[in-house]
Amino acid sequence: MLPTTFGVVALTFLLFHVVGGSPAEVVLGKNATAEALAAFDARYGYDRPLLAGRWSAVRALGETPAARLEEGGAPGLRRVPLAYALPPGVYRVNAGLAVAVLRAVADGAEREVRAEGRAPVSVEVPEGWRAARLEVGGALPDVLRLGRRNAGLWDTQFFHYCRALACGDLGVSSELHQPVARVLAEGVGPSLALTVPILLGGTLVGVMLGLVCAAWRGCVADRLILAGSTVLMSVNYVIWVLAGQYLLAFRLRLFPIWGFESAAFLTLPVLIGIVSGLGRDVRFYRAAILDEIYRPYVRTARAKGLSGARVMVRHVLRNSLIQVVTYVSLSVPFLFTGSLMLESFFGIPGLGSVSLNAVHSSDMAVVRAVVVLGALLYQSVNLLTDLCYAWLDPRVRLG
Amino acid sequence: MAEQSNILRRLWRRWDTRLCLAVIVAYCCAALYGEAMYHSARLADRTAAYNQVREGCRYVPPAFARAGGWRARPEGCPLYLFGSDNLGRDVGLRLVQGARIAFHVGIMTSLIAIPLGVLLGCLGGYFGGRTDSLVVWLCATVASMPGLLFILAIAMVVGQGLLGVYLGIGLTTWVGVCRNVRAEVLKHRGRAYVQAARVLGYGHGRILFRHILPNVGHIVLIAFSVRFPASVATEVFISFLGIGVQGEPSWGVMINNARLRLWQGVWWEMTFVTAAIFALVLAFNHLADVLRDLLDPALRTEAE
Repeated sequence: MLPTTFGVVALTFLLFHVVGGSPAEVVLGKNATAEALAAFDARYGYDRPLLAGRWSAVRALGETPAARLEEGGAPGLRRVPLAYALPPGVYRVNAGLAVAVLRAVADGAEREVRAEGRAPVSVEVPEGWRAARLEVGGALPDVLRLGRRNAGLWDTQFFHYCRALACGDLGVSSELHQPVARVLAEGVGPSLALTVPILLGGTLVGVMLGLVCAAWRGCVADRLILAGSTVLMSVNYVIWVLAGQYLLAFRLRLFPIWGFESAAFLTLPVLIGIVSGLGRDVRFYRAAILDEIYRPYVRTARAKGLSGARVMVRHVLRNSLIQVVTYVSLSVPFLFTGSLMLESFFGIPGLGSVSLNAVHSSDMAVVRAVVVLGALLYQSVNLLTDLCYAWLDPRVRLG
Repeated sequence: MAEQSNILRRLWRRWDTRLCLAVIVAYCCAALYGEAMYHSARLADRTAAYNQVREGCRYVPPAFARAGGWRARPEGCPLYLFGSDNLGRDVGLRLVQGARIAFHVGIMTSLIAIPLGVLLGCLGGYFGGRTDSLVVWLCATVASMPGLLFILAIAMVVGQGLLGVYLGIGLTTWVGVCRNVRAEVLKHRGRAYVQAARVLGYGHGRILFRHILPNVGHIVLIAFSVRFPASVATEVFISFLGIGVQGEPSWGVMINNARLRLWQGVWWEMTFVTAAIFALVLAFNHLADVLRDLLDPALRTEAE
């Protein structure tokens, strides 16, 4: 469990921090100023190095060839084109000489600091000051680079990401301006109200149909149900939702179309959820029950004179429950993350519609949180299922 | 190779699978025609026929369902066998483009997921030990991600468009292939023919890819027939949500477009897209079932 937990954390980090590029650019758009981007980065911790390192890049200066720098104020100095005044911190520039003009935030007083020596040299901007201008001289490199010093070697995005997850801090939604934890907590209730009936109803109907198929295997009923399940599986999920909403709610006016006010509003989405998953479920349950039906104990029970129905329910169904429980337990974590389509199309304010909106508005923090929580939940449920096996079946040993 | 043609012959012998094969071949032809249309329009640098907007020809019903017979259509409009949409574009031609995109998605995602799954499954199953632990760990990690949302997240991060769809679906669905291949290779590892090859001094690569892999090839075939319709369905879903394909008539985009007009009584676009998706996915699903029963009875109980 622990290695896979680490795997989930690493994978989401890779996806959202490394592959995703700059979240600031995604949220603020391509036309945002470098200063706004840097402020966003500093606020959400994206200005640090990814995995490890003492220095991180600064948005005020892109990669600039030193030969193209303008002449500075004093002879031998060249002016560095900063996009904004540098906030407090220790900066490093790969030149032999650096002169920074600092301006106090409070009263606008100016003073100059010099750093000279072997490249790279460091300049400190103290609290309450900003570096308005920066000029470099001495031995100039081909490409000028500006770095900002971090608090420590491990003051990195990955470390902070892990620490925040360990503390249960999921960040702040950039779209809703609320803590992600609160957004998610509000969404869990409606999601569960939708998904729990779907799971219970789907399992019940699926197992019953599976029993019917297995009991009359090869007969007309079995073939019909099996063919029907293939057909059900082939109808696109999108179509289920749209057709249900259009035909049953709009045309026949059997159900309310949109909203989340009473149980009546949930009936149609639950129905659609059950029917759309039924094809796959019935096939699985049928196969699970057929696995048991040829075992010797079934023949013994029949030979003892027990009725067919009793053998099916009391003996076969009971023994195939292990597979059923495994199958059902796999969908338990998704109860919490809800259903993307059903929720957004029936106006249920659950986690599914929250995460879909977040995907649409590129709200990384929310999407990341739902993905991570869903994955961790999945693993916990898996662990619990394994423990349950050992408890239900003495032959299973935890090793 | 002889085995493959034998399977094909067995599939051709049954009427239901013959129908499925015929449907798939028909879609293939449509997709190729769409490909040709797309590229010829692109090379000639003009608006493709399926994107041709005609102001006067909006909402023309399909030819066979028009009130005044198939000739009854506004001045200067083409035949519109399958009707026209809200911008006067030909639904039939757009369906063909949708088939093209569906085949792209089905094939590209399989090209990502299946080689990845087969390679990792082979390595894990054959070498065991640390390698196997690594493969199992990777599988467990990816499998625990919440499916659709993870695909959406990848598509969102990579950027909208077909590439995001390919990567999103491809990089999440190799796990099933990998597990099946690994289990099968594990069975073959101890068999006599592998031991014989080892005694002859063959290298690991040769044993794995020349001796074992051909014996687990049926899993690849099953995986493709299962993955293809699933990828098409997922692409429809993603494009419908506006995160996948942009600016091109994918089936998902068409459904999203048709959904808004359905309330005004424009039924044909929705109906034809639904039917197009349904027929392709059903043909593949049924073929996958039959293939699984023919090739590997042990796999039948798998949920995937």
